[in-house]
Amino acid sequence: MLDTHSPLLAIKELQAWYGESHILHGVNFDVQPGEVVTLLGRNGAGKTTTLKSVMGIVARRTGSIRFEGQEQIARSSDQIARAGIAFCPEERGIFASLDVQENLLLPPVIRPGGLSLDRIFELFPNLKERLGSSQGTKLSGGEQQMLAIGRILRTGARLLLLDEPTEGLAPVIIQQIGKTIRTLKEQGFTILLVEQNFRFAATVADRYYVMEHGRIIDQFANSELDANVEKLHDYLGV
Amino acid sequence: MFEIFGIPSQALFGQLLIGLINGSFYALLSLGLAVIFGMLNIINFTHGAQYMMGAFAAYLLLQHTGIGYWPALIVAPILVGITGMIVERTMLQWLYKLDHLYGLLLTFGLALIIEGVARNYYGSAGLPYTVPESLQGGRNLGFMFLPNYRAWVVVASLTICLGTWFVIERTRLGANLRAATENPTLVRAFGINVPRMITLTYGFGVALAAFAGVMAAPIYNVSPQMGAELIIVVFAVVVIGGMGSILGAIITGFGLGVIEGLTKVFFPEASNTVIFVIMAIVLLVRPAGLFGRRA
Repeated sequence: MLDTHSPLLAIKELQAWYGESHILHGVNFDVQPGEVVTLLGRNGAGKTTTLKSVMGIVARRTGSIRFEGQEQIARSSDQIARAGIAFCPEERGIFASLDVQENLLLPPVIRPGGLSLDRIFELFPNLKERLGSSQGTKLSGGEQQMLAIGRILRTGARLLLLDEPTEGLAPVIIQQIGKTIRTLKEQGFTILLVEQNFRFAATVADRYYVMEHGRIIDQFANSELDANVEKLHDYLGV
Repeated sequence: MFEIFGIPSQALFGQLLIGLINGSFYALLSLGLAVIFGMLNIINFTHGAQYMMGAFAAYLLLQHTGIGYWPALIVAPILVGITGMIVERTMLQWLYKLDHLYGLLLTFGLALIIEGVARNYYGSAGLPYTVPESLQGGRNLGFMFLPNYRAWVVVASLTICLGTWFVIERTRLGANLRAATENPTLVRAFGINVPRMITLTYGFGVALAAFAGVMAAPIYNVSPQMGAELIIVVFAVVVIGGMGSILGAIITGFGLGVIEGLTKVFFPEASNTVIFVIMAIVLLVRPAGLFGRRA
Protein backbone atom coordinates (compact mmCIF):
# COMPACT_ATOMS: atom_id res chain seq x y z
CA MET A 1 0.00 0.00 0.00
CA LEU A 2 0.96 3.60 -0.46
CA ASP A 3 1.69 5.57 2.66
CA THR A 4 -0.61 8.52 3.18
CA HIS A 5 2.07 11.08 2.40
CA SER A 6 2.98 9.86 -1.04
CA PRO A 7 0.96 11.72 -3.67
CA LEU A 8 -1.48 9.85 -5.88
CA LEU A 9 -0.37 11.99 -8.81
CA ALA A 10 3.04 13.65 -8.95
CA ILE A 11 3.92 15.85 -11.91
CA LYS A 12 7.45 17.11 -12.42
CA GLU A 13 8.93 19.32 -15.13
CA LEU A 14 6.07 18.49 -17.49
CA GLN A 15 6.47 20.02 -20.93
CA ALA A 16 4.04 19.59 -23.81
CA TRP A 17 3.72 20.64 -27.44
CA TYR A 18 0.96 20.90 -30.03
CA GLY A 19 2.82 20.60 -33.29
CA GLU A 20 5.37 23.40 -33.24
CA SER A 21 3.84 25.36 -30.39
CA HIS A 22 5.31 24.77 -26.95
CA ILE A 23 2.39 24.90 -24.47
CA LEU A 24 3.66 23.62 -21.12
CA HIS A 25 7.05 24.85 -19.90
CA GLY A 26 7.81 22.69 -16.87
CA VAL A 27 4.71 22.11 -14.76
CA ASN A 28 5.18 20.80 -11.20
CA PHE A 29 2.43 19.82 -8.79
CA ASP A 30 1.05 16.99 -6.66
CA VAL A 31 -2.39 15.60 -5.91
CA GLN A 32 -2.83 13.67 -2.65
CA PRO A 33 -5.20 10.71 -2.44
CA GLY A 34 -8.77 11.83 -1.72
CA GLU A 35 -8.16 15.47 -2.57
CA VAL A 36 -10.05 17.77 -4.91
CA VAL A 37 -7.42 19.94 -6.56
CA THR A 38 -8.33 22.75 -8.94
CA LEU A 39 -6.20 24.27 -11.67
CA LEU A 40 -7.11 27.92 -12.15
CA GLY A 41 -5.91 30.26 -14.84
CA ARG A 42 -6.90 32.28 -17.85
CA ASN A 43 -7.75 30.86 -21.24
CA GLY A 44 -4.63 29.51 -22.87
CA ALA A 45 -2.69 29.17 -19.61
CA GLY A 46 -2.25 25.44 -20.22
CA LYS A 47 -4.85 23.93 -17.85
CA THR A 48 -6.57 21.72 -20.43
CA THR A 49 -3.22 20.76 -21.93
CA THR A 50 -2.06 19.67 -18.47
CA LEU A 51 -5.06 17.33 -18.15
CA LYS A 52 -4.56 16.02 -21.66
CA SER A 53 -0.87 15.45 -20.98
CA VAL A 54 -1.69 13.42 -17.87
CA MET A 55 -4.15 11.43 -20.00
CA GLY A 56 -1.55 10.91 -22.73
CA ILE A 57 -3.51 12.55 -25.55
CA VAL A 58 -1.01 15.30 -26.36
CA ALA A 59 1.25 14.47 -29.28
CA ARG A 60 4.54 15.23 -27.52
CA ARG A 61 5.27 15.56 -23.82
CA THR A 62 8.34 15.21 -21.60
CA GLY A 63 9.01 15.24 -17.87
CA SER A 64 7.51 12.95 -15.28
CA ILE A 65 3.91 11.96 -14.49
CA ARG A 66 3.79 9.43 -11.67
CA PHE A 67 0.46 7.87 -10.76
CA GLU A 68 0.44 5.59 -7.70
CA GLY A 69 4.21 5.68 -7.94
CA GLN A 70 4.25 4.41 -11.56
CA GLU A 71 5.77 6.51 -14.32
CA GLN A 72 3.17 7.23 -17.04
CA ILE A 73 5.04 9.59 -19.36
CA ALA A 74 5.96 6.93 -21.94
CA ARG A 75 2.59 5.16 -21.87
CA SER A 76 -0.21 5.43 -24.41
CA SER A 77 -3.55 6.88 -23.34
CA ASP A 78 -5.28 3.49 -23.22
CA GLN A 79 -2.57 2.19 -20.89
CA ILE A 80 -2.90 5.29 -18.70
CA ALA A 81 -6.67 4.82 -18.54
CA ARG A 82 -6.20 1.20 -17.49
CA ALA A 83 -3.80 2.34 -14.76
CA GLY A 84 -6.83 4.03 -13.16
CA ILE A 85 -7.19 7.57 -14.49
CA ALA A 86 -10.41 8.74 -16.17
CA PHE A 87 -11.00 11.87 -18.21
CA CYS A 88 -14.07 14.02 -18.79
CA PRO A 89 -13.24 16.42 -21.64
CA GLU A 90 -14.31 20.05 -21.85
CA GLU A 91 -16.42 19.39 -24.95
CA ARG A 92 -17.99 16.44 -23.03
CA GLY A 93 -17.39 13.97 -25.83
CA ILE A 94 -20.87 12.47 -26.02
CA PHE A 95 -21.10 10.21 -29.07
CA ALA A 96 -23.81 11.04 -31.61
CA SER A 97 -23.83 7.54 -33.09
CA LEU A 98 -24.45 5.95 -29.67
CA ASP A 99 -27.67 6.07 -27.66
CA VAL A 100 -27.64 7.23 -24.04
CA GLN A 101 -27.18 3.76 -22.59
CA GLU A 102 -24.37 2.91 -25.02
CA ASN A 103 -22.64 6.18 -24.13
CA LEU A 104 -22.95 5.34 -20.44
CA LEU A 105 -21.58 1.82 -20.87
CA LEU A 106 -18.82 2.71 -23.34
CA PRO A 107 -15.81 3.12 -21.00
CA PRO A 108 -14.73 -0.38 -19.98
CA VAL A 109 -14.45 -1.31 -16.30
CA ILE A 110 -10.71 -1.36 -15.65
CA ARG A 111 -10.68 -2.43 -12.02
CA PRO A 112 -13.19 -3.18 -9.27
CA GLY A 113 -14.47 -0.39 -7.04
CA GLY A 114 -16.42 1.66 -9.58
CA LEU A 115 -19.93 2.89 -8.86
CA SER A 116 -22.87 0.69 -9.81
CA LEU A 117 -25.37 2.00 -12.34
CA ASP A 118 -27.88 2.41 -9.50
CA ARG A 119 -25.48 4.68 -7.61
CA ILE A 120 -24.86 6.70 -10.77
CA PHE A 121 -28.61 7.14 -11.27
CA GLU A 122 -28.91 8.27 -7.62
CA LEU A 123 -26.38 10.99 -8.39
CA PHE A 124 -27.99 11.87 -11.73
CA PRO A 125 -31.70 10.94 -11.65
CA ASN A 126 -32.24 12.69 -15.00
CA LEU A 127 -29.97 10.16 -16.72
CA LYS A 128 -32.18 7.26 -15.77
CA GLU A 129 -35.21 8.94 -17.35
CA ARG A 130 -33.27 9.60 -20.55
CA LEU A 131 -31.83 6.10 -20.83
CA GLY A 132 -34.18 5.11 -23.65
CA SER A 133 -33.31 8.27 -25.57
CA SER A 134 -32.04 7.62 -29.05
CA GLN A 135 -29.01 9.82 -29.55
CA GLY A 136 -26.61 10.87 -26.82
CA THR A 137 -26.20 14.28 -28.39
CA LYS A 138 -29.96 15.00 -28.27
CA LEU A 139 -29.71 15.53 -24.50
CA SER A 140 -29.56 19.03 -23.02
CA GLY A 141 -26.15 20.46 -22.19
CA GLY A 142 -26.58 19.69 -18.49
CA GLU A 143 -27.67 16.13 -19.16
CA GLN A 144 -24.75 15.61 -21.51
CA GLN A 145 -22.39 16.81 -18.78
CA MET A 146 -23.98 14.39 -16.30
CA LEU A 147 -23.63 11.58 -18.82
CA ALA A 148 -19.99 12.52 -19.42
CA ILE A 149 -19.23 12.40 -15.68
CA GLY A 150 -21.50 9.44 -14.96
CA ARG A 151 -19.89 7.15 -17.50
CA ILE A 152 -16.39 7.46 -15.99
CA LEU A 153 -17.62 6.61 -12.47
CA ARG A 154 -18.33 3.00 -13.44
CA THR A 155 -14.82 2.16 -14.49
CA GLY A 156 -13.12 1.87 -11.11
CA ALA A 157 -10.71 4.71 -11.92
CA ARG A 158 -9.61 6.46 -8.71
CA LEU A 159 -8.43 9.72 -10.24
CA LEU A 160 -10.93 11.76 -12.23
CA LEU A 161 -9.80 14.57 -14.50
CA LEU A 162 -12.69 16.98 -15.04
CA ASP A 163 -12.21 19.74 -17.59
CA GLU A 164 -14.54 22.71 -16.91
CA PRO A 165 -17.59 20.64 -15.97
CA THR A 166 -19.69 23.77 -15.31
CA GLU A 167 -18.99 25.58 -18.57
CA GLY A 168 -22.13 26.96 -20.17
CA LEU A 169 -24.53 25.38 -17.68
CA ALA A 170 -27.43 26.87 -15.70
CA PRO A 171 -26.81 27.69 -12.00
CA VAL A 172 -29.10 24.92 -10.77
CA ILE A 173 -27.15 22.33 -12.79
CA ILE A 174 -23.84 23.78 -11.58
CA GLN A 175 -25.08 23.26 -8.01
CA GLN A 176 -25.94 19.67 -8.80
CA ILE A 177 -22.50 19.05 -10.25
CA GLY A 178 -20.91 20.67 -7.17
CA LYS A 179 -22.92 18.36 -4.94
CA THR A 180 -21.85 15.39 -7.03
CA ILE A 181 -18.17 16.29 -6.74
CA ARG A 182 -18.47 16.56 -2.96
CA THR A 183 -20.23 13.17 -2.82
CA LEU A 184 -17.52 11.60 -4.98
CA LYS A 185 -14.85 13.02 -2.69
CA GLU A 186 -16.62 11.50 0.34
CA GLN A 187 -16.53 8.18 -1.49
CA GLY A 188 -12.77 8.41 -1.81
CA PHE A 189 -12.40 9.60 -5.40
CA THR A 190 -9.52 11.95 -6.10
CA ILE A 191 -10.38 14.76 -8.48
CA LEU A 192 -8.25 17.09 -10.54
CA LEU A 193 -10.49 19.88 -11.76
CA VAL A 194 -9.92 22.59 -14.32
CA GLU A 195 -12.07 25.66 -13.77
CA GLN A 196 -12.34 29.27 -14.87
CA ASN A 197 -15.13 29.84 -12.37
CA PHE A 198 -13.36 30.02 -9.00
CA ARG A 199 -16.60 30.76 -7.16
CA PHE A 200 -17.71 27.29 -8.18
CA ALA A 201 -14.28 25.83 -7.44
CA ALA A 202 -14.41 27.32 -3.94
CA THR A 203 -17.41 25.11 -3.14
CA VAL A 204 -15.55 21.87 -3.90
CA ALA A 205 -11.76 22.28 -3.88
CA ASP A 206 -9.23 21.50 -1.15
CA ARG A 207 -6.33 23.20 -2.88
CA TYR A 208 -5.67 25.42 -5.89
CA TYR A 209 -2.85 25.79 -8.33
CA VAL A 210 -2.75 28.86 -10.52
CA MET A 211 -1.34 28.51 -14.03
CA GLU A 212 0.01 31.11 -16.40
CA HIS A 213 1.95 30.72 -19.65
CA GLY A 214 2.32 26.96 -19.21
CA ARG A 215 3.65 27.06 -15.65
CA ILE A 216 2.28 26.85 -12.10
CA ILE A 217 2.78 30.33 -10.65
CA ASP A 218 1.03 30.05 -7.28
CA GLN A 219 -0.75 27.66 -4.97
CA PHE A 220 -2.87 27.87 -1.83
CA ALA A 221 -5.33 25.87 0.24
CA ASN A 222 -9.07 26.50 0.27
CA SER A 223 -8.75 27.95 3.79
CA GLU A 224 -6.44 30.61 2.35
CA LEU A 225 -8.86 31.55 -0.40
CA ASP A 226 -10.22 34.71 1.23
CA ALA A 227 -6.71 36.05 1.79
CA ASN A 228 -5.91 35.42 -1.86
CA VAL A 229 -9.01 36.76 -3.58
CA GLU A 230 -7.32 40.02 -4.61
CA LYS A 231 -4.38 38.19 -6.09
CA LEU A 232 -6.69 35.74 -7.85
CA HIS A 233 -8.64 38.55 -9.49
CA ASP A 234 -5.33 39.75 -10.75
CA TYR A 235 -4.28 36.32 -12.06
CA LEU A 236 -7.58 35.58 -13.70
CA GLY A 237 -8.20 39.09 -14.96
CA VAL A 238 -11.77 39.15 -13.68
CA MET B 1 -44.93 -20.16 -69.49
CA PHE B 2 -46.47 -16.69 -69.25
CA GLU B 3 -45.46 -13.20 -70.18
CA ILE B 4 -45.04 -9.95 -68.21
CA PHE B 5 -44.96 -6.69 -70.21
CA GLY B 6 -44.32 -8.84 -73.27
CA ILE B 7 -41.30 -10.51 -71.67
CA PRO B 8 -41.31 -14.28 -71.10
CA SER B 9 -41.35 -14.98 -67.35
CA GLN B 10 -38.30 -17.24 -67.64
CA ALA B 11 -36.23 -14.37 -69.02
CA LEU B 12 -37.55 -11.84 -66.50
CA PHE B 13 -37.02 -14.00 -63.41
CA GLY B 14 -33.75 -15.32 -64.80
CA GLN B 15 -32.39 -11.78 -65.05
CA LEU B 16 -33.84 -10.90 -61.68
CA LEU B 17 -31.91 -13.81 -60.20
CA ILE B 18 -28.71 -12.75 -61.93
CA GLY B 19 -29.36 -9.28 -60.57
CA LEU B 20 -29.73 -10.67 -57.06
CA ILE B 21 -26.51 -12.69 -57.44
CA ASN B 22 -24.58 -9.66 -58.64
CA GLY B 23 -26.27 -7.65 -55.90
CA SER B 24 -25.03 -10.20 -53.34
CA PHE B 25 -21.46 -9.49 -54.37
CA TYR B 26 -22.01 -5.74 -54.63
CA ALA B 27 -23.47 -5.75 -51.10
CA LEU B 28 -20.68 -7.85 -49.53
CA LEU B 29 -17.96 -5.80 -51.18
CA SER B 30 -19.47 -2.37 -50.57
CA LEU B 31 -20.20 -3.39 -46.98
CA GLY B 32 -16.50 -4.15 -46.47
CA LEU B 33 -15.54 -0.86 -48.08
CA ALA B 34 -18.01 1.02 -45.86
CA VAL B 35 -16.72 -0.66 -42.68
CA ILE B 36 -13.12 0.12 -43.63
CA PHE B 37 -13.84 3.70 -44.66
CA GLY B 38 -15.81 4.36 -41.48
CA MET B 39 -13.01 3.26 -39.20
CA LEU B 40 -9.81 3.94 -41.14
CA ASN B 41 -10.88 6.87 -43.29
CA ILE B 42 -9.26 5.06 -46.19
CA ILE B 43 -10.86 4.27 -49.53
CA ASN B 44 -9.61 0.72 -49.95
CA PHE B 45 -8.82 0.35 -53.64
CA THR B 46 -7.16 -3.00 -52.89
CA HIS B 47 -10.64 -4.40 -52.21
CA GLY B 48 -11.07 -5.94 -55.67
CA ALA B 49 -7.64 -7.56 -55.49
CA GLN B 50 -8.47 -8.94 -52.05
CA TYR B 51 -11.70 -10.39 -53.44
CA MET B 52 -9.61 -12.01 -56.18
CA MET B 53 -7.16 -13.26 -53.51
CA GLY B 54 -10.08 -14.97 -51.77
CA ALA B 55 -11.01 -16.82 -54.96
CA PHE B 56 -7.38 -17.74 -55.62
CA ALA B 57 -6.92 -18.89 -52.02
CA ALA B 58 -9.90 -21.24 -52.47
CA TYR B 59 -8.47 -22.49 -55.79
CA LEU B 60 -4.96 -23.04 -54.39
CA LEU B 61 -6.25 -24.70 -51.22
CA LEU B 62 -8.12 -27.18 -53.40
CA GLN B 63 -5.23 -27.77 -55.82
CA HIS B 64 -2.42 -28.10 -53.30
CA THR B 65 -3.96 -29.33 -50.08
CA GLY B 66 -7.26 -30.83 -51.17
CA ILE B 67 -9.19 -28.45 -48.92
CA GLY B 68 -12.63 -28.13 -50.47
CA TYR B 69 -15.21 -25.37 -50.81
CA TRP B 70 -16.77 -25.43 -47.35
CA PRO B 71 -13.57 -25.27 -45.28
CA ALA B 72 -12.17 -22.76 -47.81
CA LEU B 73 -15.14 -20.50 -47.12
CA ILE B 74 -13.72 -20.09 -43.58
CA VAL B 75 -9.98 -20.57 -44.17
CA ALA B 76 -9.52 -18.32 -47.22
CA PRO B 77 -11.09 -15.20 -45.60
CA ILE B 78 -8.95 -15.73 -42.49
CA LEU B 79 -5.75 -16.06 -44.54
CA VAL B 80 -6.52 -13.07 -46.75
CA GLY B 81 -7.71 -11.11 -43.69
CA ILE B 82 -4.32 -11.72 -42.05
CA THR B 83 -2.50 -10.37 -45.10
CA GLY B 84 -4.78 -7.33 -44.81
CA MET B 85 -3.83 -6.82 -41.16
CA ILE B 86 -0.15 -7.00 -42.12
CA VAL B 87 -0.74 -4.33 -44.79
CA GLU B 88 -2.53 -2.17 -42.21
CA ARG B 89 0.24 -2.48 -39.62
CA THR B 90 3.11 -1.95 -42.04
CA MET B 91 1.65 0.64 -44.45
CA LEU B 92 -1.83 2.04 -43.90
CA GLN B 93 -1.36 3.08 -40.27
CA TRP B 94 1.03 5.84 -41.34
CA LEU B 95 -1.57 7.46 -43.62
CA TYR B 96 -4.55 8.10 -41.32
CA LYS B 97 -3.62 11.69 -40.58
CA LEU B 98 -3.09 12.53 -44.24
CA ASP B 99 -5.56 13.32 -47.01
CA HIS B 100 -7.79 10.46 -48.34
CA LEU B 101 -5.83 10.64 -51.56
CA TYR B 102 -2.71 9.03 -50.07
CA GLY B 103 -4.58 5.96 -48.82
CA LEU B 104 -6.34 5.70 -52.16
CA LEU B 105 -3.06 5.85 -54.10
CA LEU B 106 -1.32 3.34 -51.85
CA THR B 107 -4.18 0.82 -51.98
CA PHE B 108 -4.55 1.33 -55.74
CA GLY B 109 -0.84 0.63 -56.20
CA LEU B 110 -1.11 -2.47 -54.04
CA ALA B 111 -4.02 -3.71 -56.15
CA LEU B 112 -1.96 -3.31 -59.34
CA ILE B 113 0.96 -5.21 -57.81
CA ILE B 114 -1.20 -8.07 -56.50
CA GLU B 115 -3.06 -8.43 -59.80
CA GLY B 116 0.19 -8.21 -61.75
CA VAL B 117 1.79 -10.96 -59.69
CA ALA B 118 -1.28 -13.18 -60.10
CA ARG B 119 -1.29 -12.61 -63.87
CA ASN B 120 2.40 -13.43 -64.04
CA TYR B 121 1.90 -16.83 -62.45
CA TYR B 122 -1.58 -17.84 -63.61
CA GLY B 123 -2.15 -15.93 -66.87
CA SER B 124 -5.42 -14.20 -67.54
CA ALA B 125 -7.43 -17.04 -69.05
CA GLY B 126 -9.17 -17.94 -65.81
CA LEU B 127 -9.14 -21.15 -63.80
CA PRO B 128 -12.17 -23.36 -63.22
CA TYR B 129 -13.59 -24.04 -59.76
CA THR B 130 -16.49 -26.42 -59.57
CA VAL B 131 -19.65 -25.97 -57.57
CA PRO B 132 -19.50 -28.09 -54.38
CA GLU B 133 -21.32 -31.37 -54.76
CA SER B 134 -23.91 -30.61 -52.10
CA LEU B 135 -25.06 -27.55 -54.03
CA GLN B 136 -25.06 -28.94 -57.57
CA GLY B 137 -28.29 -29.06 -59.52
CA GLY B 138 -31.29 -26.92 -58.89
CA ARG B 139 -35.03 -26.89 -58.59
CA ASN B 140 -37.85 -25.89 -60.87
CA LEU B 141 -39.99 -23.25 -59.20
CA GLY B 142 -42.61 -23.41 -61.94
CA PHE B 143 -41.96 -19.92 -63.26
CA MET B 144 -38.18 -20.41 -63.43
CA PHE B 145 -35.30 -22.79 -62.80
CA LEU B 146 -33.31 -21.95 -59.63
CA PRO B 147 -29.76 -23.38 -59.42
CA ASN B 148 -29.04 -24.37 -55.81
CA TYR B 149 -25.64 -22.72 -55.72
CA ARG B 150 -27.06 -19.34 -56.73
CA ALA B 151 -29.78 -19.56 -54.09
CA TRP B 152 -27.04 -20.30 -51.55
CA VAL B 153 -25.02 -17.25 -52.62
CA VAL B 154 -27.97 -14.92 -52.11
CA VAL B 155 -28.87 -16.41 -48.72
CA ALA B 156 -25.26 -16.49 -47.48
CA SER B 157 -24.62 -12.92 -48.56
CA LEU B 158 -27.81 -11.65 -46.93
CA THR B 159 -26.96 -13.50 -43.72
CA ILE B 160 -23.41 -12.16 -43.52
CA CYS B 161 -24.55 -8.62 -44.39
CA LEU B 162 -27.35 -8.54 -41.82
CA GLY B 163 -25.12 -10.23 -39.23
CA THR B 164 -22.48 -7.55 -39.74
CA TRP B 165 -25.10 -4.82 -39.51
CA PHE B 166 -26.42 -6.34 -36.27
CA VAL B 167 -23.00 -6.55 -34.66
CA ILE B 168 -22.14 -2.97 -35.55
CA GLU B 169 -25.47 -1.37 -34.69
CA ARG B 170 -26.76 -3.49 -31.81
CA THR B 171 -23.88 -4.85 -29.70
CA ARG B 172 -21.32 -3.52 -27.21
CA LEU B 173 -18.49 -4.32 -29.62
CA GLY B 174 -20.32 -2.37 -32.31
CA ALA B 175 -20.83 0.56 -29.94
CA ASN B 176 -17.06 0.64 -29.38
CA LEU B 177 -16.52 0.63 -33.14
CA ARG B 178 -19.03 3.43 -33.77
CA ALA B 179 -17.57 5.50 -30.95
CA ALA B 180 -14.01 4.97 -32.22
CA THR B 181 -15.14 6.02 -35.70
CA GLU B 182 -16.46 9.26 -34.22
CA ASN B 183 -13.70 10.15 -31.75
CA PRO B 184 -10.81 7.67 -31.62
CA THR B 185 -8.74 9.81 -29.24
CA LEU B 186 -11.38 9.86 -26.52
CA VAL B 187 -12.26 6.18 -26.92
CA ARG B 188 -8.60 5.35 -26.48
CA ALA B 189 -8.45 7.58 -23.39
CA PHE B 190 -11.18 5.37 -21.90
CA GLY B 191 -8.77 2.45 -21.99
CA ILE B 192 -9.78 0.81 -25.26
CA ASN B 193 -6.94 -0.27 -27.53
CA VAL B 194 -8.10 1.62 -30.63
CA PRO B 195 -5.11 0.82 -32.88
CA ARG B 196 -5.74 -2.90 -32.39
CA MET B 197 -9.43 -2.34 -33.11
CA ILE B 198 -8.52 -0.55 -36.37
CA THR B 199 -6.25 -3.43 -37.45
CA LEU B 200 -8.97 -5.99 -36.73
CA THR B 201 -11.57 -3.87 -38.54
CA TYR B 202 -9.42 -3.72 -41.66
CA GLY B 203 -8.80 -7.46 -41.38
CA PHE B 204 -12.55 -8.03 -41.14
CA GLY B 205 -13.36 -5.81 -44.13
CA VAL B 206 -10.73 -7.61 -46.19
CA ALA B 207 -12.03 -11.00 -45.01
CA LEU B 208 -15.50 -9.99 -46.25
CA ALA B 209 -14.01 -9.34 -49.69
CA ALA B 210 -12.22 -12.70 -49.63
CA PHE B 211 -15.44 -14.43 -48.55
CA ALA B 212 -17.17 -12.91 -51.57
CA GLY B 213 -14.25 -14.11 -53.67
CA VAL B 214 -14.64 -17.72 -52.52
CA MET B 215 -18.36 -17.58 -53.22
CA ALA B 216 -17.69 -16.11 -56.64
CA ALA B 217 -15.14 -18.79 -57.62
CA PRO B 218 -17.70 -21.39 -58.85
CA ILE B 219 -19.81 -18.74 -60.65
CA TYR B 220 -17.25 -16.62 -62.43
CA ASN B 221 -13.84 -17.98 -63.39
CA VAL B 222 -10.97 -17.54 -60.94
CA SER B 223 -8.87 -14.97 -62.74
CA PRO B 224 -6.45 -12.16 -61.81
CA GLN B 225 -8.68 -9.43 -63.24
CA MET B 226 -11.96 -10.67 -61.72
CA GLY B 227 -11.74 -8.06 -58.94
CA ALA B 228 -10.70 -5.16 -61.12
CA GLU B 229 -13.80 -5.59 -63.29
CA LEU B 230 -16.18 -5.84 -60.36
CA ILE B 231 -14.69 -3.18 -58.12
CA ILE B 232 -15.47 -0.30 -60.49
CA VAL B 233 -19.18 -1.08 -60.21
CA VAL B 234 -18.83 -1.59 -56.45
CA PHE B 235 -17.33 1.88 -56.04
CA ALA B 236 -20.30 3.30 -57.92
CA VAL B 237 -22.55 1.38 -55.51
CA VAL B 238 -20.70 2.88 -52.53
CA VAL B 239 -21.00 6.39 -53.94
CA ILE B 240 -24.74 5.90 -54.47
CA GLY B 241 -25.29 4.42 -50.99
CA GLY B 242 -23.10 6.93 -49.21
CA MET B 243 -19.61 6.32 -47.85
CA GLY B 244 -19.56 4.82 -44.38
CA SER B 245 -23.22 3.80 -44.10
CA ILE B 246 -23.52 0.10 -43.25
CA LEU B 247 -27.19 -0.42 -43.99
CA GLY B 248 -26.90 1.89 -47.00
CA ALA B 249 -24.18 -0.31 -48.49
CA ILE B 250 -26.28 -3.45 -48.09
CA ILE B 251 -29.55 -2.04 -49.47
CA THR B 252 -27.84 -0.23 -52.33
CA GLY B 253 -25.83 -3.33 -53.23
CA PHE B 254 -28.83 -5.60 -53.60
CA GLY B 255 -31.04 -2.86 -55.05
CA LEU B 256 -28.61 -1.92 -57.81
CA GLY B 257 -27.97 -5.55 -58.66
CA VAL B 258 -31.70 -6.00 -59.26
CA ILE B 259 -32.02 -2.73 -61.20
CA GLU B 260 -29.12 -3.81 -63.40
CA GLY B 261 -30.78 -7.19 -63.99
CA LEU B 262 -34.10 -5.61 -64.91
CA THR B 263 -32.38 -3.21 -67.28
CA LYS B 264 -30.95 -6.24 -69.08
CA VAL B 265 -34.50 -7.44 -69.72
CA PHE B 266 -36.20 -4.21 -70.68
CA PHE B 267 -33.40 -2.13 -72.19
CA PRO B 268 -30.32 -4.33 -72.66
CA GLU B 269 -28.29 -1.58 -74.34
CA ALA B 270 -28.16 0.35 -71.05
CA SER B 271 -27.42 -2.55 -68.73
CA ASN B 272 -23.69 -1.83 -68.47
CA THR B 273 -24.14 1.85 -67.79
CA VAL B 274 -27.32 2.06 -65.71
CA ILE B 275 -25.45 2.02 -62.38
CA PHE B 276 -23.18 4.84 -63.49
CA VAL B 277 -26.14 6.87 -64.72
CA ILE B 278 -27.77 6.44 -61.32
CA MET B 279 -24.50 7.41 -59.67
CA ALA B 280 -24.32 10.61 -61.68
CA ILE B 281 -27.90 11.53 -60.77
CA VAL B 282 -27.36 10.78 -57.07
CA LEU B 283 -24.17 12.84 -57.05
CA LEU B 284 -26.10 15.77 -58.49
CA VAL B 285 -29.10 15.50 -56.18
CA ARG B 286 -27.60 14.09 -52.96
CA PRO B 287 -23.81 14.34 -53.02
CA ALA B 288 -23.48 12.53 -49.66
CA GLY B 289 -25.24 9.48 -51.14
CA LEU B 290 -28.71 8.07 -50.49
CA PHE B 291 -27.90 6.92 -46.94
CA GLY B 292 -24.83 9.04 -46.23
CA ARG B 293 -24.50 11.61 -43.50
CA ARG B 294 -23.12 14.91 -44.58
CA ALA B 295 -19.55 15.26 -43.35
